[in-house]
Amino acid sequence: MARTGAQAVIEVLLQEGVEIVFGYPGGAVLPLYHALADSPIKHILVRHEQSAVHAASGYARASGKVGVCFATSGPGATNLVTGIATAYMDSIPVVVITGQVPTSMVGTDAFQEVDVTGITMPITKHNYLVKDVAELPRIVKEAFYIARTGRPGPVLIDLPRDVALSLCEEPIPSKVEIRGYKPTYKGHPGQIRALADLLLKSERPIIFVGGGVIASGAEDLLLKVAETLQAPVATTLPGLGAFPEDHPLSLGMVGLHGKPYANHAVMECDVLFGIGVRFDDRVTGALEKFAPQAKIAHVDIDPAEIGKNVRVDLPLVGDARTVLADLLPLLKPVKREAWLKRIKQLQEEFPLTYGRGGGDVRPQWVIQRLGEMTRGRAIITTDVGQHQMWAALYYGFTRPRTFISSCGLGTMGYGFPAAIGAKLARPEEMVWVITGDGSFQMGMAELGTAMEHELPIKILLFNNQSLAMVRQLQHFYYEAKYTAVHFHGNPDFVRLAEAYGAVGLRVTRQEEVIPALKEAMDNGRLTLIECLISEEEMVYPMVPVGAALNEMILPQD
Amino acid sequence: MKHTLAVLVENRPGVLTRVAGLFARRGYNIESLAVGPTENPSISRMTIVVEGDERTIEQVCKQLNKLIDVIKVSDITEDPHVGRELVLIKVNAEPQVRGEIMQIVEIFRARIVDVSRDTLIIEATGDEDKINAIESALRPFGIREMARTGKIALVRGARGKVLEAGLNSQETATQTG
Ligand SMILES: Cc1ncc(C[n+]2csc(CCOP(=O)(O)OP(=O)(O)O)c2C)c(N)n1
Ligand SMILES: [Mg+2]
Repeated sequence: MARTGAQAVIEVLLQEGVEIVFGYPGGAVLPLYHALADSPIKHILVRHEQSAVHAASGYARASGKVGVCFATSGPGATNLVTGIATAYMDSIPVVVITGQVPTSMVGTDAFQEVDVTGITMPITKHNYLVKDVAELPRIVKEAFYIARTGRPGPVLIDLPRDVALSLCEEPIPSKVEIRGYKPTYKGHPGQIRALADLLLKSERPIIFVGGGVIASGAEDLLLKVAETLQAPVATTLPGLGAFPEDHPLSLGMVGLHGKPYANHAVMECDVLFGIGVRFDDRVTGALEKFAPQAKIAHVDIDPAEIGKNVRVDLPLVGDARTVLADLLPLLKPVKREAWLKRIKQLQEEFPLTYGRGGGDVRPQWVIQRLGEMTRGRAIITTDVGQHQMWAALYYGFTRPRTFISSCGLGTMGYGFPAAIGAKLARPEEMVWVITGDGSFQMGMAELGTAMEHELPIKILLFNNQSLAMVRQLQHFYYEAKYTAVHFHGNPDFVRLAEAYGAVGLRVTRQEEVIPALKEAMDNGRLTLIECLISEEEMVYPMVPVGAALNEMILPQD
Repeated sequence: MKHTLAVLVENRPGVLTRVAGLFARRGYNIESLAVGPTENPSISRMTIVVEGDERTIEQVCKQLNKLIDVIKVSDITEDPHVGRELVLIKVNAEPQVRGEIMQIVEIFRARIVDVSRDTLIIEATGDEDKINAIESALRPFGIREMARTGKIALVRGARGKVLEAGLNSQETATQTG
């Protein structure tokens, strides 16, 4: 087996079914690129390392496979940090391989040396600095296993140049055995029976689903459980798409900017069955006032999430899919008239509205039209800001793995590179980026990448010449004193797109919206639609700091 | 309340950093941390004394368990266990007080391990209370320097035999889940 360490890495990648690597080269990582060149794996050269991780993460989310990216040592590695943290917060399986200075120079402050395993320790599920080429095949194999099993997450391998160039005799191990890592998939049978009991006895249940349901591919079982129990389903932000929003039992997103009736329903339910969620602060509002009448059941594959934020009456460690499969046979069909009637009432009394303010083109309206025109079936990636919340509230997701957004870290600049990853993973799907003028400018260099690979991604850019989500915070919490939120000097985004050879369209009036969307859907090309909107738009509803979920600020007219 | 955690980890570079980093990052209070090899050269044992309420300690254990290099975490606070610390105390010892100091050393079954013209180094082992007691008994003479190891501990009786037996079972890995 005469091969180098780098060749051994590529061998494992192939064995793991890797087809695409996102990356950016440099001196220390060249052995790996040298070996990659001889393989059938496609390399996508991005324009900034941060985008390489985001693209790998978008690829992973759209495909359910592990995303892979390469970067060089030093600045290449540090440029990855935001992307790694973004993947970590959303539990996305990504394997990151960085080049490193030769082992003899590690620790000497050599040119382009940085302690990347040290830097990324708190933002990776696990990481490795490879010192002995004999360990390399096992490490790479383990990295993939750790990234995709249990609660998924990013794993980083730091590979010194000399190790990558050394002869590697070690075969690839056929299986992974890590004595300190045995994720629990199967739920405790007694607890599952207790859960079935609790749900069957409940009068006002809500199933509350998060990204874990999508990660484990449990959406079909979720649908069955919800229909059997006639239980309304609410989601977190990353849970969007786990349950079809056109289903009568769908409540949509709850939380800080949740749907008003969904937030009210959570406050009234008597059993809240959380699955693959972590009850983070964006979802609960004031913790001590959260779901006051509810017994809370919490299923998650990560034991540390259970009881971390909310008091839990019925804890259950396990994988969403496995647990739902075991739960389903214990349930029997329930007729549930009173609670569903109450939900209807709440929907009528507290509908989702966006008020009259704003300019001629209302972003909420535009996103609703996009949802209709794509029948809620496109892959939507977003950036972070008001536009992200409007996408979450107004698009109407119907399929898993179609809402791709930085939820936990809230990373601006995520949407466009993630769309590149998603489009490469699912070329047959229509991929839209919903973005803002601020966020897009953090990732727009990737227009070049998308052009180079002829990816007909559609970009819907809401230009309010401002960081309007931050402006909204200043409006409510800082005496409407707007500082550092206005952009003077935004580019002409239409001409920017055209400069790259893409299609640019501008929408300034409502009647231009549908024709522009239609053109973008039909033209088969990379297209950017710039929608001019008012900076005075607000995201409603909004739960103020310290308030309960049902104490929302709603539009006044 | 103080809890004593027995943590078995892979004997690999960087493990201590991962554990220490976890405590720092999540704001847990380490009282002491002692680490050393076990009878199995590929495994190290950490004995961590940590202050916190039940909920915090539960989180500490679960978060430790999430580290890939952590093999097993046990909170042995409530289990019958032998816990020991070692202390070295360099104390002022003018000739006229030496007799008195030696009496204290005797009472605590400690040892004198170094003598100079006007100081003694005293070595003592015992549980935390005993170490605190000898420290305060010697304090009036003037403690020049002191080094304490932090607690190490083993559960009494047969139960501790986990190293080979239970390591690979599902049960140990998810113990605190
Ligand atoms: C990298 C990064 N920096 C800063 C922030 C803080 N932040 C949150 S939303 C936002 C404004 C985003 O502006 P834009 O993309 O134009 O979206 P809009 O709110 O205007 O729709 C900012 C600055 C962030 N989330 N991410
Ligand atoms: Mg903006």
